Amino acid sequence: MSERAREPATVPRRKLRVATASLAGCFGCHMSLLDIDERLVDLLELIELDASPLTDKKRCGPCDLGLIEGGLCNAENVHTLRAMRANCKILVAVGACALNGGLPAQRNHIDVRDCLQTAYLSGPGVERGFIPNDPELPLPLAQVHPLHDVVKIDYFLAGCPPSAEAIWQFLTDLIAGRTPVTTHGLIRYD
Amino acid sequence: MTDAPAPQTFQMDGHDVAFAPGQSIMTAALAAGRYIPHLCFHPEFTAHGSCKVCTVKVNGQPHASCTTPARAGDVIESDTDELTQLRLNLVQFLFTEGNHFCPSCEKSGGCTLQGVAYELGMTTEHFSPLFPDRPVDASHPDVLLDFNRCILCELCIRASAIHDQKHVFALSGRGITKHLIVNAESGRLADTALALSDKAMTVCPVGVILRKRQGFAVPIGQRPYDRQPISAVATAHPDPEDGHE
Repeated sequence: MSERAREPATVPRRKLRVATASLAGCFGCHMSLLDIDERLVDLLELIELDASPLTDKKRCGPCDLGLIEGGLCNAENVHTLRAMRANCKILVAVGACALNGGLPAQRNHIDVRDCLQTAYLSGPGVERGFIPNDPELPLPLAQVHPLHDVVKIDYFLAGCPPSAEAIWQFLTDLIAGRTPVTTHGLIRYD
Repeated sequence: MTDAPAPQTFQMDGHDVAFAPGQSIMTAALAAGRYIPHLCFHPEFTAHGSCKVCTVKVNGQPHASCTTPARAGDVIESDTDELTQLRLNLVQFLFTEGNHFCPSCEKSGGCTLQGVAYELGMTTEHFSPLFPDRPVDASHPDVLLDFNRCILCELCIRASAIHDQKHVFALSGRGITKHLIVNAESGRLADTALALSDKAMTVCPVGVILRKRQGFAVPIGQRPYDRQPISAVATAHPDPEDGHE
């Protein structure tokens, strides 16, 4: 049998379905993803976006990969995270807030009631304030949590935000089936 | 007149490391350009081996390399998957026991805890964070104490007691409640003898003891561990712990 005959038939590679979400974050990690610039074109040859703030699709369908920015500060964050975990084969915590709560977690030693009263009633410059109570608003959690407190996370991409370079390296490694490399300069906690 | 004796050596990760009498495994290894991750060790102070991050295996037995004397013929393992995992877990415990928010920390980029975590390839803190409530002490006109980042290495205690002869710092409590205190009846740093010129001002490996009005002086990209990993910095300089530049 010739070498050529042993090669598998070329099958067009299916695009990976990718969902992204921004929970208790600042959207900076999504901005850093966009900072891969013209490589976005290459990336879109390999993936298609499912639920994401970039597509405005709200409910996550079955996906190969889920990228989550931000920690968990309210009940809706937890529901979104669980839906992502249920639908994504690989779930990635992206950025400082997803990894350890980040800036929002600085409220963790303050009682939620005190926090809301200061922000909406007694804080400097507040006049005729009231604590928002619309039933549509998700209830805040007592503390902000990192994602791995609630579901299994498969990969962690550190940084505030992770650099475009780190995101690109991570995604290309993962899509190519390699273990993502974390050399000096690509792991950053700030 | 006698000939100088041939230097004695031990073997570390398959390499011969020469040492002088009185050197620990840590000091001999660093002098030979071989980095062993460490937090509470500082070349200017007596080692006390409390953080255990520098644990190596000496002839198969785990020892803190900063307190174990170098001995001729010993076979030492340091750069192994098993020891890296052990060190990683210790560092992850430290991250989750305190409040280590690198993006808002003045010491970021020059922090030994952060540099060691990078060196160990830490991508996650793994454990559930404890988020302890540790108010800062901003009473001193020139110095801020941010207890959130303390890793109990005792370097400031040693520097203040031994070098500065002031005993400004101490540890109080036990176990998870152990914490850094200052030597003043009021408990406030402003009421201690601490001065900006003290050695204790320069040894903190993390962002606890900070000069006021000097934060973020070095731009991102030019800080000590932006340019090269801590293993390269520590083996290139005699005093790698001082991240202040």
